[in-house]
Amino acid sequence: MNRIDVTMSLVVGGLFAIGFHLMLQRSLMRIVLGFVLLGHGTNLLLLVAGGTPGRSPVLDGEHGDATGTADPLPQAMALTSIVITFGLTAFLVALAYRSWRLSGHDEVRDDVEDRRIGTVRERDDTEPAPEPDRSTRVTTPGGDR
Amino acid sequence: MLFLLAAHAGFAAVLPRWQRRIGRTVWIVAALVPLAVVAWASTRAARVLEGGEYRESLSWAPSLGLTVDLRLDALSLLMLWIVAGVGGLVLLYCRYYVERDAGSRAALLVAFAGAMAGLVLADNLFVLYVFWELTTVASFLLIQGRGEKDEERRAARQALLVTAAGGLVMLLGFVVLGEAAGTYRISEILADPPRGGAVPAAVVLVLIGAFAKSAQMPLHGWLPAAMVAPTPVSAYLHAAAMVKAGVYLVARLAPALAETGPWRPMVLGVGLTTMVLAAWRALRATDLKLLLAYGTVSELGLLVALLGAGTRTTAIAGTVMLLAHAAFKAALFLTVGILDHQAGTRDIRELSGMGRRMPALFAAAALATASMAGLPPLVGYLGKEAYAEAFLHGTELPVHGLLTVVLLTGSALTVAYAVRFLHGAFGGRPGEVAERAERPEPGFVAPVAVLAGAGLVLGLGYGATAAVANAYAGVYPPGPHGPYELSLWHGFTAVLGLSALTLVLGCVLHVLLGRRVRAVPRLPEVQRVFDRVVASVNRLAVTVARRTQAGSLPLYLTVLLATVVVVPGAALVSEVPSLGSPQPWWSPVEPFLAVVVLTAAAAVVFTRHRLTGILLAGAVGYAVAGVFLVRGAPDLALTQFLVETMTLVVVALVLRRMPARFSPGRTVNRMRSVRLVVAGAAGVLVTCFTLVASAARTEPPVSEGYAHHTSETGAYNIVNAIVVDFRALDTLGEIAVVLVAAVGTVSLVRVGGRDGAKASGGAEDSGAAGDPSGAGNTGETDAGGGRPRGRFPTARWDEPVQTWLPGAGERPGGERSVLLEVATRLLFPSILVLSLFLLFSGHYRPGGGFAGGLVAGQAFVLRYLVGGRADLGAAVRVSASAVAGAGLLLAAGVALLPLLLGGAPLEGTVLTFRPPVLGEVKLATSLFFDIGVYLLVIGATLQLLSAVGVSLSLDGTASDGPTAAGDDEEEDAKKEGSPR
Repeated sequence: MNRIDVTMSLVVGGLFAIGFHLMLQRSLMRIVLGFVLLGHGTNLLLLVAGGTPGRSPVLDGEHGDATGTADPLPQAMALTSIVITFGLTAFLVALAYRSWRLSGHDEVRDDVEDRRIGTVRERDDTEPAPEPDRSTRVTTPGGDR
Repeated sequence: MLFLLAAHAGFAAVLPRWQRRIGRTVWIVAALVPLAVVAWASTRAARVLEGGEYRESLSWAPSLGLTVDLRLDALSLLMLWIVAGVGGLVLLYCRYYVERDAGSRAALLVAFAGAMAGLVLADNLFVLYVFWELTTVASFLLIQGRGEKDEERRAARQALLVTAAGGLVMLLGFVVLGEAAGTYRISEILADPPRGGAVPAAVVLVLIGAFAKSAQMPLHGWLPAAMVAPTPVSAYLHAAAMVKAGVYLVARLAPALAETGPWRPMVLGVGLTTMVLAAWRALRATDLKLLLAYGTVSELGLLVALLGAGTRTTAIAGTVMLLAHAAFKAALFLTVGILDHQAGTRDIRELSGMGRRMPALFAAAALATASMAGLPPLVGYLGKEAYAEAFLHGTELPVHGLLTVVLLTGSALTVAYAVRFLHGAFGGRPGEVAERAERPEPGFVAPVAVLAGAGLVLGLGYGATAAVANAYAGVYPPGPHGPYELSLWHGFTAVLGLSALTLVLGCVLHVLLGRRVRAVPRLPEVQRVFDRVVASVNRLAVTVARRTQAGSLPLYLTVLLATVVVVPGAALVSEVPSLGSPQPWWSPVEPFLAVVVLTAAAAVVFTRHRLTGILLAGAVGYAVAGVFLVRGAPDLALTQFLVETMTLVVVALVLRRMPARFSPGRTVNRMRSVRLVVAGAAGVLVTCFTLVASAARTEPPVSEGYAHHTSETGAYNIVNAIVVDFRALDTLGEIAVVLVAAVGTVSLVRVGGRDGAKASGGAEDSGAAGDPSGAGNTGETDAGGGRPRGRFPTARWDEPVQTWLPGAGERPGGERSVLLEVATRLLFPSILVLSLFLLFSGHYRPGGGFAGGLVAGQAFVLRYLVGGRADLGAAVRVSASAVAGAGLLLAAGVALLPLLLGGAPLEGTVLTFRPPVLGEVKLATSLFFDIGVYLLVIGATLQLLSAVGVSLSLDGTASDGPTAAGDDEEEDAKKEGSPR
């Protein structure tokens, strides 16, 4: 049985809590910061979930002997994750900038269109019928209705 | 068989194009396909009718068990004849009927014929389901036509909804059935029918699907509504072929499932009820087509009952009625089509004397009607005799006496509406309508005559009909009275008496009712039920949308997070994982770093300045890198340090254009506390999860094997080996994401910048007025004026080299720092060398393409920060996109190259050279992959730099933001705009 990693768990949990708290705000820039912190938390989580830390997974000139090293697979995953987080952070910052350029603020306002969908009570389904089609000349079925 | 199905698809694809060239002949071409199927089926008939079968199979995804199995047996042969035979005749008929959209209609009809042929040939439940839904789609398109009329759209939608919903229910049944049987091949299920367990549920589900398709009550409403479609479509889809799919399914599965609990009560109850009630409805109809539609529903009910009952005699009767119904109902629909086409109406109250006006059509229609009413010597009579016999003496069926009465009632009603149809369509004195009507061309009437004649031929040649019927019914054991033989004359039997009785009763009923159709009591209308169901679904959707779509992003996120906390949280609690002994920390540095991380992160929440926020986030990042380092992940630590620096630079470059402080929040206190609670709960959940996860490992890690395989890659750094070799596909995807994000960032920053802003936002552009002249005055006319967008300013190498950095001279003197320029000049090549070292040594030590690329990128960042954009242009004279694209191409090329050499994608080898001086040199091919990554990261960095650095500073020159902070960068931009 492995031992539970108290300090790192607290750090990961704290980063997630703060990250989520920032993401729940309306300023896009704060959301970006929250995203960055969440990214850090996730990378750490990947590493911590990988198990017991150890020596760095670099072999000393001998192939095959990897006892006592840290698990390299979560490291490779976290590596990928770090780089992607960077790309997305840049993208989100650009989004925030764009929003500020266009509307003078970088706040996420409520989507009015979203609300309007719910207020549509009944759609007008009857449209003016076009001229009857000569080629098919169909009369109304349901003469007995 | 596969070829025939492909031929349908191919013809359907090309017919619309041919129609433009050959006009109406297209219908004859289209008819060739089904007629070829008829011919093909006939050549196979001899063997199939003796009990043989033909199989074909196409392996599609064998690893998933997906194969297209086709099988031709007696039932398939019969259905194929019906589908293709009627199809061919209807297509020939269309030549005279359809005047608009001939090409697309012909294509759809051929496609439908193909789908139907596939349906009856399928020997796999999933293949059957796919063809089943294809017929639904074809039906939708054919009913909808051009969709100009509200009625067409509504009918098409109803048909689609009802039959597709039934199809989904049926699919569920198929899955249950297939799982119970352990196979999805129909022939294997028939050979070894599953019993017990979930099979009764599967039977109910499958039958619901079949009933919806075959318009059984109470799901029949779509069929009469579908009569808005052109008459040939109605004749083919909604009388002869598509609606028979449900009947076919019942007939196909009855031998296996008839003994299962709910099967017989459902097919007999629903089938016979539908037969009687729909026939009753047919008596009320004044529209001939609607009369036939209800007649079809009624006959389908009979067919479901007969083919589902699961005895030998009912199966014979059902098969004969299947043939008979296809022939006479298609003929009658086509008759109505001709009347409608020639006279312009198909209302019983308006039509009069058409019999004398069109005697040939009248004769054919009379023959077909007689078959429908069950008059000898037509095939309808054969079927009627058989089913009367089957139920009168069918002691193996429950309550067969009662069923016989119901059946004969339905039969008498059938006679009544048959007489009513013939009388209504052709009877009466010649009137105005008949005078107006033109005589139809012989080719128009010919298909009707052929179909009506088929009824006569099949009746007189009852030996052949019996051969087909017995080939299918042979799966059932003969009843207590021995096998039933089809014959026109069985002697004076009770069945003959009953048959005559139904004829008399039917005629009496017709005479009694006369033209007083309103005297027939109404039945409850299912159409309104359907409308109401649809309307309430719409109302429900609107209500749900109103409740859930508040349009507020924080609210949505709150809901998401709460769900995350509750659902996985509950799972976590319910599992009650046993935790190992606690380990406070693995390295004494950890708690110190943890305090830094958490303090900096908490400070981010309270800061009011954007720049402070990102600096604090950066501090978190550096501390996290420290954690990586102490936990034995130097690669991660290196990359994290570099990435953090790069993030800081990029974000800070963007932030210089934005206000220094966050916009003042308008959050209510209640919302604030909700936010705190939700975020806190999520944090607690993640903490618990991490605690559990950190101790959850029970198996040895998969990466232990990697250590032993590193020799194959020539690497000593296992992480790097994973990134560029073992899991290189992940990396390939990842660098693609980075490139896409960089391109996205560039376009977000640039669009609406200098040129676009004038078009998009006028108000913001107050400062842009001076732009053209300003640009013209600049000292960088050669660099800025004619420079295509998206490139760096080119360097001017003809300038005297009097500066340390070639482009720095363009910066205003007040901003230049000789010290920095000297340092940059000296450091730049060294940093590039360091980046190359990291790249090449990544195989053996911490480093690799990512780290190398980021280091090189930071060299360029330094050039930009110190020397300005012109200097950056001087440093890199290729476009950033080209560098990034080359990187991606190289990585992808390395990934794909082994394919050409006969290896697996992304396969790598180690090449060993022995150059004279250097000794042994090992070169892993994955190095080139890493070079691709390196180039891509540099390219992406340059793109970001060009976007947030160069473009933004130009942006500032052109049009200042509404409340742009007057920082030094802006001054820089203004000074840049002035002549030197």
